[in-house]
Amino acid sequence: MDIQFTEEQELLRSSVQRLLRDQYDFDARRKIVASEEGLGRRQWDEFAELGLLAAPFSEAVGGFGGGPLSTMIIMHEFGRHLVVEPFVETVVVAGGLIEQAGSEAQKQAYIADIIAGSKLWALAWTEQGSRFDLATVTTTARRDGDGYLLTGEKTAVLAAPWADYLIVSARTSGHRHDRGGVSLFVVDRRAANLDLQSFRTIDGRRAAEISLRGVRGELLGREGEGVAALEACRNRAIGALCAEAVGAIGELNDATLDYSKTRKQFGVTIGSFQVLQHRMVDMFIAHQEALSLMQHLSLSLSEGEAGLSRLASGAKSKIGYAGKFVADQAVQLHGGMGMTDELNVGHYFKRISSINIQFGDPAYHVLRYAQLDAVA
Amino acid sequence: MELALSPEDTAFRDEVRAFIKDNYPAEMRVANPETDLSKEQMLLWHRILHDKGWIAPLWPKEYGGPGWSITRRFIFEQETTRAGTMPPLAFSVTMVGPVIYTFGNGAQKAKFLPRILSGEDWWCQGYSEPGSGSDLATVRTKAVRDGDHYIVNGHKTWTTLAQHADWIFCLVRTDPTAKPQSGISFLLIDMKSPGVTVRPIITIDGSHEVNDVFLENVRVPAENLIGEENKGWTYAKFLLGNERTSMAGIGRSTRYLSRLKKIVKAEIPEDDPAHLEFIRDIARVELDVLALEATELRVVAQMARGIDPGPAASLFKIRGTEIFQDITELTHRAIGNYGLAIREHPVSANHFMPGPDYGHTASEKYLNSRKLSIYGGSNEIQRNIIAKAVLGL
Repeated sequence: MDIQFTEEQELLRSSVQRLLRDQYDFDARRKIVASEEGLGRRQWDEFAELGLLAAPFSEAVGGFGGGPLSTMIIMHEFGRHLVVEPFVETVVVAGGLIEQAGSEAQKQAYIADIIAGSKLWALAWTEQGSRFDLATVTTTARRDGDGYLLTGEKTAVLAAPWADYLIVSARTSGHRHDRGGVSLFVVDRRAANLDLQSFRTIDGRRAAEISLRGVRGELLGREGEGVAALEACRNRAIGALCAEAVGAIGELNDATLDYSKTRKQFGVTIGSFQVLQHRMVDMFIAHQEALSLMQHLSLSLSEGEAGLSRLASGAKSKIGYAGKFVADQAVQLHGGMGMTDELNVGHYFKRISSINIQFGDPAYHVLRYAQLDAVA
Repeated sequence: MELALSPEDTAFRDEVRAFIKDNYPAEMRVANPETDLSKEQMLLWHRILHDKGWIAPLWPKEYGGPGWSITRRFIFEQETTRAGTMPPLAFSVTMVGPVIYTFGNGAQKAKFLPRILSGEDWWCQGYSEPGSGSDLATVRTKAVRDGDHYIVNGHKTWTTLAQHADWIFCLVRTDPTAKPQSGISFLLIDMKSPGVTVRPIITIDGSHEVNDVFLENVRVPAENLIGEENKGWTYAKFLLGNERTSMAGIGRSTRYLSRLKKIVKAEIPEDDPAHLEFIRDIARVELDVLALEATELRVVAQMARGIDPGPAASLFKIRGTEIFQDITELTHRAIGNYGLAIREHPVSANHFMPGPDYGHTASEKYLNSRKLSIYGGSNEIQRNIIAKAVLGL
């Protein structure tokens, strides 16, 4: 199994590579992260211009029909350059949910603006105490005329400070952990009675704590089917994050190998020490395996195969541990330099750490992988 | 686990414990003492210990040490770390002080030792250079004799807290023709000398602990040379031995483990399968701590009987740092989604941090502790030392 890219996919990959090489080197990224807003609006426009924001969507909603494979191609390159802009949150997660669960009117209202690059989105599902469980929801939604009013607290919502719209999970019935009774809502981020407290994340992005006090929301998908929709959405997000992680792992391995061939101690390059050679062989193997799983998952996502959730959890776990191992060793082998903010290695470490929290850590997903086997 | 103590030593332990309880400054109990305290605040405890006569447990009595036995020194170390007190600046008290009283001349002892004890002088360590990390013997900073001065040129790096320092002790090359280890001297340099520049290095946790120190035509009085010219490597090795003794870090690991347990209890409900997993992971680390502590106690007991511990320090450094890295990683994992957040430096109450207080420093501790397996002789180097010195390989 090895993906042979079509001409179109090759074109997508080379154009993303060219754009990032020209406009998203490490210094450019540093400036974006240090800017007041912390994201590159101009870069986002470029992504739109190049069609990246349209790539995964079906042609029916105005996309290019590239599906999960185009997401994989884009995110792999984004991982190599540590792109901070909310492609996963806006296109893969929110866009995917709207395309999957939204009404025709919602698709028309929202997807065109995502593709044009004019609106940013975030997904607010985590709560204090929910940890990584999509069904643990205490935020409530109550019918009010033809809409709903949402009340509750959402926590560590990535990209929320940048977002124009949020998709919020809220309980329309049932108790705290019930799978049924959770619904999804589109909320205007600037709506009345919505408070947002922003903070920086370890990987140089922005997130927020969100407080909802009777905020108007518009139902997305059917009432009570929110968890099922989120599960499918998480599988796609995992596909994207795994590709990003693999891109970062590859860069760390290249950087470490280069360094070990040039850095001299005791009169020789440190790459000549057998203990470090074996370490780098293990890093290479970790990358190869992660790359293979990434492709396997993206193909399965494209074909909508049965057992997708189990594979997604397996990949998130395995690639998460691979990323952690490689990131640890890349810092270790770079010595003090690996600890500095100045060198990119530490920033890959931090991005991988963050990926390993988003949508569940490797320990959570290995357990889920085992549990889904028991069910099947 | 405790050492079997005599009644006198037990009384001593109780005295130390009570003294810490009554005297440790509340002002120093901040979220992350290593990064959040000003120089003045860091010195508060130092001065209290100095007034008490306990500032330099290692030092012989004639130079201002308390004259404790090995057992008492160990008890003091154990009590202060268990109580989470911030240790006095190691570069001053543990590192350069013993070099000065062991190898320095009378004038040097009289000039420097009292100011180290009082905290008047803050020392930093000029060892590593961009090209000399693990391979310290290749230092290239040059010191050339010019009358009764040395002219020093070079670039030191990873210099911890140099931003506060009054003095730096440096390894400098005085004989460029000799074999690497043979041409090095140990020189004390006043940080206020013209030509000394400090440049901050920001680390991946966002904090400023380490620095580059640039030395450009710095004139250093020859009287600041320690011992003999070109014998600096001997003094440097003596000092590194001291640096590594206290790296088991049992007290710190024990404290962080009990904090971790509280976090897990608060964050992860017992019916969540992750709970059991954390319980097991924590137990594994506790056993690691127990085994290392038992080893440390065994070594201390041997030392008290006059047996040379050999390269036990390398073992402590390897396991102590690995254990603490594991604990910071588990803590970062335990706080779940809040692990995405990190405090901004310099720390200020104006920056919002989400989630319960106990999680606010988890990210930065996790990131910062990656350095532990790198500094003070990387863990790879420590394994080389054991392979060679213990196993004879």
